[in-house]
Amino acid sequence: MLELLKAPILTFQEFVLLAGRAASGIFRKPYYWDDVFIQMDLIGVGSLPVVILTGFFSGAVMALQMSRALRTYGATSQVGMIVAITLVREMGPVLTALMVAGRNSSGMASELGSMKVTEQIDAMRALGTDPVMKLVKPRLLATAFVLPLLTVLADFVGLVGGYVVACTMLHLTTASEYWSSAWHAIGYDDIAQGLVKPFIFAIVLSLVGCYYGMQTKGGTQGVGRATTQAVVVASVWVVVLTFIIGRVFVTM
Amino acid sequence: MEQTAAGPILIFRNVSFGFDENLVLRDVSFELTRGATLIIHGAAGSGKTVLLKIALGLLRPTSGRVILFGQDVTEYTEQQWFDVRSRIGVLFQEGGLFDSFSIEDNVGYPLVNQPLLQVPPEEVAPRVEQSLEFVELGHTLEKFPSELSGGMRRRVGIARAIVTQPELMLYDSPTAGLDPITANTIMALIVKGRDMRRATTLIVTHRHQDGEILERFRWDDSIGGLKKVEGATAGTRYLVLEDGRIAFLGSPAEFDVCNEPHVAKFSSR
Repeated sequence: MLELLKAPILTFQEFVLLAGRAASGIFRKPYYWDDVFIQMDLIGVGSLPVVILTGFFSGAVMALQMSRALRTYGATSQVGMIVAITLVREMGPVLTALMVAGRNSSGMASELGSMKVTEQIDAMRALGTDPVMKLVKPRLLATAFVLPLLTVLADFVGLVGGYVVACTMLHLTTASEYWSSAWHAIGYDDIAQGLVKPFIFAIVLSLVGCYYGMQTKGGTQGVGRATTQAVVVASVWVVVLTFIIGRVFVTM
Repeated sequence: MEQTAAGPILIFRNVSFGFDENLVLRDVSFELTRGATLIIHGAAGSGKTVLLKIALGLLRPTSGRVILFGQDVTEYTEQQWFDVRSRIGVLFQEGGLFDSFSIEDNVGYPLVNQPLLQVPPEEVAPRVEQSLEFVELGHTLEKFPSELSGGMRRRVGIARAIVTQPELMLYDSPTAGLDPITANTIMALIVKGRDMRRATTLIVTHRHQDGEILERFRWDDSIGGLKKVEGATAGTRYLVLEDGRIAFLGSPAEFDVCNEPHVAKFSSR
């Protein structure tokens, strides 16, 4: 039993060490701002199409699936509220994070993994640069900045998706009723929850991607393995964390 | 970090690396004096690269002490190592070039990033060009590593290693995977670097020819090539690793007469 636990505990310990070094590095020089902006472009601008598409259709599907239940209770005017609450609290942050995990945690793991197996990370250390400062910190900062923004965008586009289905396709309610019920449904705690989640997801997504990249062993096969592990672990953490954060907000 | 001129530049004292039955290095001790050349032979998996990475602070020994430039660096933090590494040039096995940077940026990288060097920005380009001229690749500034052949990438690696004019040069299997002619060109550049800059050299290789070139040839600037010397070049020593242990450590003359089978196969005489 102890033997079985050894490997995951060691992995977690090393992950925490990397996270600690990256966290303490945030307040220390040097800052590679060029790299931060490149990563913001890659993660933020690069993820726009997929985030917009996912956001739109998640809102649309929500309105579609809720339509029958709402009709049963004669509450079709509340469709805006339901779409808004589910999107802002849960679906917006989680789906955006899952998309970014698939796109960018994997990208980070494969890029850093390739650098590791071709000795570029060793070369970096040998030539006077700390890889945590040069590679991990810019990715962490960039993801932490753009993921909440992407989530806000996904939430909004999702509401538009819900509107298209509810008002123009199924005629469940009027446009003004849809938007006003959506507007009034969202409280400050929902907004807080909807922004805290992507911020925490961003930290986990970027650190998991970088961690598996930096731990890569065994040539090109190792890079493939690291990429897969990064996506799986990052995605699982997203769904676990959304429950934990949700639990905290519910009891508050 | 002061150091007397005659003292050893690098000392390994009973260095081991690994755990229990998985020891990669076992009780390795040697000294490398200023201006000397140490040729480390060993089969694949004998611990050569690990030894080199310990000398560079990329790995920390499990036991034993490492003394570099007169300082015990065994317990140094990564930040302290950056200062030490600015005095060391290294060529990695595959060159270790950054594939997303141009050749110019690759060679200039240590000048821009070594915290201790403080090279003024206007001096970077001329020094990069000078370094690339040294390896006869002055025309490749704008290219990317993927556009160059294996041998050329290795030469760029040498240019990047010498651009800071380091006192100690470490080469990890500089000829691995190259054809014999290209391998000899690389070795000629290593001899050139050693003799023109009087750099202390530690080379790890599994090719006995590499050791022989370093031992028996000197760079002659008047002919722009290598010249054979009588006997061995001064200060050359051999070290043979077998399963992480030192199987041989001594002068070229002792190396030539050593009959131990594992050592003799690297001397080829």
